[in-house]
Amino acid sequence: MKKSYLSKTNWVNFATYGMVIIAFVVMQLMGSAGMLSSTIRGQLVPICAYVVMALSLNLTVGILGELSLGHAGFMSVGAFAGAVAAAALPISSAPLRLGAAMLIGAVLAGLVGVVVGVPVLRLNGDYLAIVTLAFGQIIKSVVENLYIGMDAKGLHASFLENRITFTDGGRMILNGPMGVNGINKISTFTAGFVLTMIVLVVIFNLVNSRAGRAIMALRDNRIAAESVGINVTKYKLMAFVTSAAMAGAAGTLFALGQNTITASKFDFNMSILILVFVVLGGQGKMWGSILAATFLTVLPETPAMRELRDYRMLVYAIVMILVMLVTNSDKLKGLAGRIIPKGKGAADNG
Amino acid sequence: MAEKKQFEKGKMVPVPSHSIIPERDLGTTPILECSHLGIDFGGLTAVNEFNITVGRTEIAGLIGPNGAGKTTVFNLLTKVYHPTRGTILLDGLDTHGKTPAQINRMGIARTFQNIRLFNNLSVEDNVKIGLHNQEKYSMFSGVLRLPKYWKREKAAHERALELLSIFDMQDLADHQAGSLPYGAQRRLEIVRALATNPSLLLLDEPAAGMNPSETAELMENIVKIRDTFQIAIMLIEHDMSLVMGICEGICVLNFGQIIAKGTAEEIQSNPTVIEAYLGKQQ
Repeated sequence: MKKSYLSKTNWVNFATYGMVIIAFVVMQLMGSAGMLSSTIRGQLVPICAYVVMALSLNLTVGILGELSLGHAGFMSVGAFAGAVAAAALPISSAPLRLGAAMLIGAVLAGLVGVVVGVPVLRLNGDYLAIVTLAFGQIIKSVVENLYIGMDAKGLHASFLENRITFTDGGRMILNGPMGVNGINKISTFTAGFVLTMIVLVVIFNLVNSRAGRAIMALRDNRIAAESVGINVTKYKLMAFVTSAAMAGAAGTLFALGQNTITASKFDFNMSILILVFVVLGGQGKMWGSILAATFLTVLPETPAMRELRDYRMLVYAIVMILVMLVTNSDKLKGLAGRIIPKGKGAADNG
Repeated sequence: MAEKKQFEKGKMVPVPSHSIIPERDLGTTPILECSHLGIDFGGLTAVNEFNITVGRTEIAGLIGPNGAGKTTVFNLLTKVYHPTRGTILLDGLDTHGKTPAQINRMGIARTFQNIRLFNNLSVEDNVKIGLHNQEKYSMFSGVLRLPKYWKREKAAHERALELLSIFDMQDLADHQAGSLPYGAQRRLEIVRALATNPSLLLLDEPAAGMNPSETAELMENIVKIRDTFQIAIMLIEHDMSLVMGICEGICVLNFGQIIAKGTAEEIQSNPTVIEAYLGKQQ
């Protein structure tokens, strides 16, 4: 008779949860035993942010099947919205303030996702990639020209030049190209872990539901998906906006773990870096994204690799071209298929 | 499900739009009525003056030489292409300006000449995607795994297996759709189309690539599907044994024009049809 329902997918999902939990526990134990260098400890929050970025981009690239080259734009929206919110919110408890800031970052990035997604998702393939690339640059320019300050009356914003005049006790939060300075670093590794777990649960539960199947149907065959009554725009937008909101939350987590953030941090290179995580980890494979994001963030910081750090984008570009060549060559695929016999057909949606 | 009614090949009678439908469907609105349907691609007229009426429980055939415009007609009916001229009434409702997804929700499901499955997903998931508009729950119920999710997923799972059992495919449910043999992929496409609960099923060359015994089995299954689901089926097919064996009304297309309409006997003896297929007798 029939095997247990969707056994392989469930197994992969639980293994991924387990991997993240074990990594968190091990790092916490090592941290409390004083076995972590300050460099590594400083990397824990960014690693979590990059992992969430990679997971969220994998939703767009691996599950929806659309190439987005502007994912750093959503991270940027989340980072600056979160940083301003964290500075402005009158919540004394740091974890609560962080949570509220992340929520604001996620919602704002999600809204930007809707604004970008509605026109952009009418395009396919290369055109979508070009427009998302431009979007990333636009966000960067917008933030570089945005000034936000706060005084007793509340938040003030001005665009293109700083025209903010304060009453007593006012201060600048976002200072155009100078970014946000003197951030109160409230992001913790625990918060990063919780965010990663939430994002994983959302992605896995989404993928194994009606909406997720509709999204994957669009990826596999858009015409067939339409023919069985799936609303193309709705489900494309659903995946894209969910992905954007997650990137926003990751941006907030990242920003609140730094002293200073500037818009130039979230540039095209960042988008490509996240894409490298996804491509190297495997499209549609969440565990792959987690591993790739972790190792490619830690690796350049290790003493042995530090010399090569300036060349890392060059190396990534070469690696990415190689991966694409290998995964698109039928000859090499056939060879790999002979070496690693594929499981007997059970579909892998995790 | 309503009680199963078995239909013999019906007597075809004329209806006002100069088409014929089975006598048993006379009292009800025809499921499909096309009038003066046509489409131009640039200066080329691919289909012109296409008039057809399909009864509620009819098995209709659309035949013609290669390039006659048969698949184009299917694409017009499902709004993959928007017609340049003419109207399509589905169950009496105008389908003007609808999207392919809306057309499916109105009741037309189809299969494709070149198989279009969701290759990376399991057989069961393919059918469940067909059940998309049958077993509904919101994205939030899905993400938060609310009780509605479990209830609907269970219903979808059971329904998917039930539908797969039409073709004895329930044991393949866990397999990846793209890894199935060709014939099974064709059958899965039919199951997926049926899952959308259509009132008109369009089959584009369902017997392509099948051997005679598989074709015979397919014929039985097509009739069984019509009897079980009480739906109309319209099919494009080159295998004349299938068309003449099960189709009640047959429409012959050549160069985008209907050259003959009638029952199997009428079509087989029609000199215009013979000429279109075999060329003019010297």
